[in-house]
Amino acid sequence: MSSSSGPAAAAAAAAAADSHRKKRRKIEADDAEETSRGRKTAGAGVGETTWRSLPQQRLYYTRLVEALSRSRRSSSASSAEAQDAAAASASASASSPPSSGAGEVRGIADRVLATAAKGRSRWSRAILASRLRMSRLGKHHKKARAPTGRGPLKKKPPPQPALEGGARKRRLPAVERRVKVLGRLVPGCRGISMSSVLEETSDYIAALEMQVRAMTVLTQLLSGAQQQLPPTTTTTTSGGQIGSGSGSGSG
Amino acid sequence: MSSRRSRSRQSEGGSRISDDQIADLVSKLQRLIPEIRNRRSDKVSASKVLQETCNYIRSLHREVDDLSERLSELLADSDSEQAAIIRSLLM
Repeated sequence: MSSSSGPAAAAAAAAAADSHRKKRRKIEADDAEETSRGRKTAGAGVGETTWRSLPQQRLYYTRLVEALSRSRRSSSASSAEAQDAAAASASASASSPPSSGAGEVRGIADRVLATAAKGRSRWSRAILASRLRMSRLGKHHKKARAPTGRGPLKKKPPPQPALEGGARKRRLPAVERRVKVLGRLVPGCRGISMSSVLEETSDYIAALEMQVRAMTVLTQLLSGAQQQLPPTTTTTTSGGQIGSGSGSGSG
Repeated sequence: MSSRRSRSRQSEGGSRISDDQIADLVSKLQRLIPEIRNRRSDKVSASKVLQETCNYIRSLHREVDDLSERLSELLADSDSEQAAIIRSLLM
């Protein structure tokens, strides 16, 4: 890039911003493609997503913020009023259900997380599929028909040796039982083979940890800003908390 | 996919999962669970690893729920102008 004077630099900056926006849209479109493609290549590697990498973390954080802001904008004033009314009545009446805002945020965070998996893991596909079903059939329908394994797995009870033949020791029922419990905790992992449950679990745990990290940063940022920002300044945000120390280059 | 050691000695009704494979996966899990990782003992039973895994996942779920609640409160708070400024800069 040659050193350019003012207007040319501004134009270049604008062009860069434009291409950045286009790139972001392209990334979203690609993701949608890959997620649908991922379903066909099921089993193409649960362990391929690196949830711990910083780029992955930043990407999730960015997408989460985008999704949250989109939902805020779309719900707009009407839901804010509804929440205020609910809060007012909640202070009057002792027992009132928690506002649906938390569930919404959780749903958004889960959806963005599942999308980031790009269809490579069973739990992510189950999350997206159940949300799709819920939105179609209305919120009363829970995930009754969770997509259990279709492919090579038949619907059989967990592997139990009919005969304890030879040197093969019987898989301890304690381990089996615990794996089953685990399968109920991880979305979309009921009634699949033990090794699949274990694979999905390690991927799921890494993803959950990343989700917690991102949401923690966002929460700290928003709550810290509310307390610390003095009323009459227009300083830039305390954005140094984003990411782990490396210059995020905001603003 | 990592190499599947299909060592089915006694094929039990079609499942080719070997005990070694299970043990491998369990030890992989073991490295992820902070409870067990910090104790530095290699001799944790598979059952214990799985139990700790369940507890860990449940605690992570709880954490996400708590964070979701706080976030929804923070995002809904339209009173303070500071919050609005931060949000407009952030989003």
